[in-house]
Amino acid sequence: MTAQYHVVGESLERTDGVAHVTGRTLYTADLAFPGMLHLKVVRSPLHHALIRGVDLSAAERVPGFVRALTHADVPHNVYTILGLIGVEPEEEFVLPVDRVRYKGEPIVAILAETEAAAYEAVGKVQLDLEELPAVFDMDEALAPGAPIVTHWGNNTFMYEGHPCRRVRYGDVEAGFAQADHILEGEYRTSPIEHAPLETTGCIAVPEAGRFTVYTNTQAVYFSLDNTSIILGLQPNRLRFIGGTVGGGFGGKVDVIVEPLATLGAMRTGRPVRYVYNRQEEMQVSSTRSAETIRIKDGVMADGTIVARKVTGLADCGAYSRQTPYAITKFAANATGPYRIPNVWVDAYCVYTNRTPTSAMRGFGVTMGHFAIEVQMDKIAERCGIDPWTVRFRNAHRNGDVKPHRKVTSDATLIETMQAAARLVGHGLPPELAAMTSAPRTEWEGER
Amino acid sequence: MASVVVAFELGGRPVEVLVSPLATLQQVLRTQLGHTSVKDGCRQGGCGSCTVLLDGEPVLSCLLPVEDVAGRRVTTLEDLTPVDGLTTVQRAFLDANGFQCGYCTPGMELVTKALLERNPAPTRADIAEALSGNVCRCTGYVPIIAAVEAAAAAGSAAAVVASEGATR
Ligand code: FES
Ligand code: FES
Repeated sequence: MTAQYHVVGESLERTDGVAHVTGRTLYTADLAFPGMLHLKVVRSPLHHALIRGVDLSAAERVPGFVRALTHADVPHNVYTILGLIGVEPEEEFVLPVDRVRYKGEPIVAILAETEAAAYEAVGKVQLDLEELPAVFDMDEALAPGAPIVTHWGNNTFMYEGHPCRRVRYGDVEAGFAQADHILEGEYRTSPIEHAPLETTGCIAVPEAGRFTVYTNTQAVYFSLDNTSIILGLQPNRLRFIGGTVGGGFGGKVDVIVEPLATLGAMRTGRPVRYVYNRQEEMQVSSTRSAETIRIKDGVMADGTIVARKVTGLADCGAYSRQTPYAITKFAANATGPYRIPNVWVDAYCVYTNRTPTSAMRGFGVTMGHFAIEVQMDKIAERCGIDPWTVRFRNAHRNGDVKPHRKVTSDATLIETMQAAARLVGHGLPPELAAMTSAPRTEWEGER
Repeated sequence: MASVVVAFELGGRPVEVLVSPLATLQQVLRTQLGHTSVKDGCRQGGCGSCTVLLDGEPVLSCLLPVEDVAGRRVTTLEDLTPVDGLTTVQRAFLDANGFQCGYCTPGMELVTKALLERNPAPTRADIAEALSGNVCRCTGYVPIIAAVEAAAAAGSAAAVVASEGATR
């Protein structure tokens, strides 16, 4: 039987392994092209401000300065990354016109013959900004009178006219009334920076009639399509070449460097390199969003959860990027791998003046599971039941309906926990050792 | 300030480069001499990705003004890689999967080479100490330490073979 497997169970040499161990792998920033210009941006020193004026005159006198790019140069200046999958409205500025919404937001791009000249010119741009009150806390952003970050008058992403993504399943109040215990918990997570060892960057090279863009994006067509929209170019005029990504973890799926670099190549006819330095990577590249999760569970004496009410807040920062999608995933996963018959979820994507947030490893789901699993341990403690037993009793089985009406067909939690118990040498009681994910019998289905 | 010529030895060959004042060894190696195995993770001494060997000892090339290496011996991974095959350290990193994205790998391997020359049978603590200036965001370090241990084992096996050859 084993002869038919050539990969499963084998340890195979990676196709890029020799290039990696010899240092021959070429990452984006290792490339160079004749006549290549260097792009650096002038960033807002304030978290929230009106732009009254930008004076480029001293910058223009720096030897090696080639030109600046302002919002007036950008054909389609307001976009939203997820517009490609129908998410609205367009809200992020490639280069803002009259207002900056986070510290580090780019205002003007400088193109220069050398990196040193680009930095020098950036330092000589005079900004006239009028500081506005800023908000950094999600509860404050949702309170009346908060500074408004968006252009539509409140600080939440709107889901089909609602300020949050909602899930309504069964009757939570009836579930709470029937429960032996009520357990409430609040869970908070912080923003997390991916900190890839290779910083985000690209090089845009003009060629006859089109632009070839070498980029370390994790999402090459996503970047191409958004760049095409922003620059008003047919997609066939753009050729994007991805390559080895020097660490991404979700942090390289935003479309931030390619539009400006390609615009620079359009305006100058020369290759343009735009690579973040370490400070930019840490301070202005998207992070995982901060989250606040409030859970109220109704639980029976045997540890069975009969009702769950959840309010989830994710801080998307000044622009939502991929966070509206994270919130949808959060709402769909608010019960984790557990069957709960009565569920109510309100999940908000909240705008603040913090750095925009976006994708990172399981975004939307990860912090929900942190909250849910801590909650499971608290339930075990309150009911005086072993934490394994509480999880087995509530585990999804095939045929169970999830709150977003998806029927479970691939349940594996019970078998996974049984395998985990074996691996750590934890003996399970016969009741749990005998369980499977097979559909519930009719009487088991009753609660 | 005018550019100056700096002469040093790179991979056993003499080189002379015209450099701008304050240019770092990292910049000159990457952009003027094509040694892109020298990486550029931070330019502030925080990550180790720009490690080169200076007279055989690992240094952070991003913190070194190129004038400071005048007359000295610089070695990068380009200089060590054989035309065919791999060095013992490279082989060990490949076999142990001591990398994921590969961005930290050249620096890790140069530190390993210097460590094993100084201390052919390092303990795990010695290895951790030697690698402590090199950041890896992908692997969690465990396979890197395994690669260094494998390189040490392969190196001592090779030394035994060599000494047996010598006595024969
Ligand atoms: S680039 Fe030199 S230590 Fe990071
Ligand atoms: S393998 Fe990616 S940083 Fe080490």
